[in-house]
Amino acid sequence: MEKTKRDPLFHVSKKDEPGFLAKTVTLLIAVFCALLVSALFIYFVTGLDPISVYISMFKGAFGTTRRTWITVRDTCLLLLISVSLAPAFRMRFWNCGAEGQILMGGLSTAALMIYCGEKIPTGLLLLIMLVTSALCGALWSFLPAYFKAKYDTNETLFTLMMNYVAIQLIEFFVDVWDKKQSHSVGIINMNTMGGWFPKILGQQYILNVLIVAVITVFVYIYMHYSKHGYENAVVGESVATARYAGINVPKVIRNNVLLSGAIAGIAGFVEVAGISHTISKETAGGRGFTAIIVCWLAKFNPLSMILISLFLVFLDKGASQIASDFGLNTFASNIITGIMLFFILSCEFFNNYRISFNRNRKEGE
Amino acid sequence: MAEAAVSMRHISKSFGKKVIANKNVDLDIYHGEILSLLGENGSGKTTLMNMLSGVYYPDDGEILIDGKHVTIASPKDAHDLGIGMIHQHFKLIDVFTALENILIGLPKENTEKNARAQVKEICDKYGFELDPDKKVYDMNVSEKETLEIVKTLYRGAEVLILDEPTAVLTPQEIRKLFTILRNMREDGKAIVIITHKLNEVMEISDRISVLRKGENAGTVLKTETNEQQLTEMMVGEKITLNITRDFVEDKTKRLEVKHLSVTDIENKKVVDDITFDLYSGEILGIAGISGSGQKELLEAIMGLQKCDEGSSVIYNSTAHGVHELVGLSTKEIIAHGLHLAFVPEDRLGMGLVGNMGMTDNVMLKRYRKGQGPFLHRKQPEQTAQKIKDELEVLTPDLDYPVRRLSGGNVQKILVGREINNKPTVLMTAYAVRGLDINTSYAIYNLLNEQKKKGVAVIYVGEDLDVLLALSDRIMVLCSGKMNGMLDGRTATKEEVGYLMTHLKEEA
Repeated sequence: MEKTKRDPLFHVSKKDEPGFLAKTVTLLIAVFCALLVSALFIYFVTGLDPISVYISMFKGAFGTTRRTWITVRDTCLLLLISVSLAPAFRMRFWNCGAEGQILMGGLSTAALMIYCGEKIPTGLLLLIMLVTSALCGALWSFLPAYFKAKYDTNETLFTLMMNYVAIQLIEFFVDVWDKKQSHSVGIINMNTMGGWFPKILGQQYILNVLIVAVITVFVYIYMHYSKHGYENAVVGESVATARYAGINVPKVIRNNVLLSGAIAGIAGFVEVAGISHTISKETAGGRGFTAIIVCWLAKFNPLSMILISLFLVFLDKGASQIASDFGLNTFASNIITGIMLFFILSCEFFNNYRISFNRNRKEGE
Repeated sequence: MAEAAVSMRHISKSFGKKVIANKNVDLDIYHGEILSLLGENGSGKTTLMNMLSGVYYPDDGEILIDGKHVTIASPKDAHDLGIGMIHQHFKLIDVFTALENILIGLPKENTEKNARAQVKEICDKYGFELDPDKKVYDMNVSEKETLEIVKTLYRGAEVLILDEPTAVLTPQEIRKLFTILRNMREDGKAIVIITHKLNEVMEISDRISVLRKGENAGTVLKTETNEQQLTEMMVGEKITLNITRDFVEDKTKRLEVKHLSVTDIENKKVVDDITFDLYSGEILGIAGISGSGQKELLEAIMGLQKCDEGSSVIYNSTAHGVHELVGLSTKEIIAHGLHLAFVPEDRLGMGLVGNMGMTDNVMLKRYRKGQGPFLHRKQPEQTAQKIKDELEVLTPDLDYPVRRLSGGNVQKILVGREINNKPTVLMTAYAVRGLDINTSYAIYNLLNEQKKKGVAVIYVGEDLDVLLALSDRIMVLCSGKMNGMLDGRTATKEEVGYLMTHLKEEA
């Protein structure tokens, strides 16, 4: 009992939610700290000049018109997948099956390109592909949704497992369509470009941007201003309240998860017809999981997802650029990405908590 | 008196700028006494004690134990200083036995064998009954509370803080607990009880400290005070605690409940063959130990519970004619425009959406109204504004999430929405639970107003004094059965209390 302790140096307590300005300042400070700490890492560990590394990072994402377009293209794709998760996530339906839903959307698109690419005019074909990819994505989310609504099964495991089924299906069809025994489909309709997104105003990715923009705005309006979106929000808050308000909970779960799957399916369509023009089990490329991060950081708000997707894609492009410019291995550039993310994410802590330093600390007697 | 066991000096603690939990509080706790810490919900009682037990760290002020300045930065510090707190929500591990729970986290020297003897010693000394080998999941709340206290004593606590220890106990268990607390007092322990029940305060304590809005509103000796004075100290003004009960002549039958039964998922009859009529212009009180079927009864009428075969609820309103409610879903009840209002027990978990503002909450039962796929927020917004003005709801604006408002304001929004629809039948479950005294009386007044307007009101309550003062008739539930229907003007507390616990023999 004799050893009386010193007062702690500081303590943490909750605070009011800060306003927009305060949050922005916190974010700027975080970015500054991130740049500073990364600079120390770059300087002392890799021995490079931090400023030139940052410049190279920026150049990786926006250095040339072509790179800028690729950044925009990838941002759009990540954004679309994140948006697809929003209706499910706000309802506390943890859809981890975006990967599978993307693959199914992509698979149907690839199939249409292969079998109808030269028979149906591209405009009409794109429309058909859009609809079928949405249907296929929705189909892939239907089973978990149905069982969740009916028997309250665990959607996380169920959606996750559906991904593996999708991957196996892709493997099977890659084998069917593989003409050169190369274990890949190759670029589909390389010469005719049947079923490819057309160039608009001389730019290749305008259609990608348009599709994603329309869907993002649609989901935002759906979630905030429509009656179905209201039901979705109530179910997510409390199932008991939803029942109290006379909402048919299973139906709301089913419909919103179908919507989620459909949009993820469309993402597969955009990827296959608009970007890669091929199909493999790498088509989704883990974006279905990255999108979960985006969705959470944006607190399920589709408009906030735009900036967050851009930021993640920027870091990714920047990291590979510095890896190639300076001959660093990818681990080093990943560490820099990690430091950046760490500081940005810690903003949340400072928005919710206050750290008070104890003045006039009493010394132990 | 001797030196204080614990002295808190100028303690302040706030959570953000808006929530000041404690402001410049002084408090002394002495050995060999029972101190009651009295105050309304949200007056900062638990926060103050949490700073003693190391859960929170004070923003300002100092704590002295036996006259020495100490720093309590963690529960371990508190434990080392001999301070033990029994929280309202028990901190026990279900799959462990009593003895394992007592020993968890302690150094290895505390072998089960030694502990067993010591636990027995503690039990004999103070009069606890505890089976050290019983698993926690087999225990009822009273046994769990006993275990928490024994655990704290085993760990050498000299200062015991009990947060609302009687909230979940039956009258008999409370008596037993009080005997034990008196034994501990005789042994020289310093005991603090956090409570808001005046009769218990007057029964058990030596001194009473009253907190009001986070500040110490005064400390008095039990022998020199009375309930009226304590109420004034808690509320800060003189208030008359009278509930009016007018007689409404004109009565029409609004609900005719016949043989209503509900069977739950474990095949247990939670509502068992209940038959009664409800009339306009009356308040029907429903009494019963919590979990006697009150919740299920109201939910069954609202279409939220599946009723057993043979159940019937006839709804009769001047405006909408006669309807059989059994078999209708809640959605159909709302769609038919039947004016059944329901204030459920779980306000934020069932009646309202915590993260939404007033407008969106007002819209909860009527969001389907209006053409097209989009929401029409204009009308609900006006209604929300009206409720805010008439019931004096304190909220920064109509879109401010209601979960951040105080319990009283939350309940005003919920009740306001339900009576705004001009109900024929208004059902309320524990409408004043957790509310401060002024808001509680505001709610009683609202219910009385509705009754005078000719609404048929059901009031499920837990405070028997209030039930007896407010209700025209009182229905007593016991194990899901209707165990009596009394006249509210002539019934006595003893009578109701007896019916709550003693199921009549089947005739």
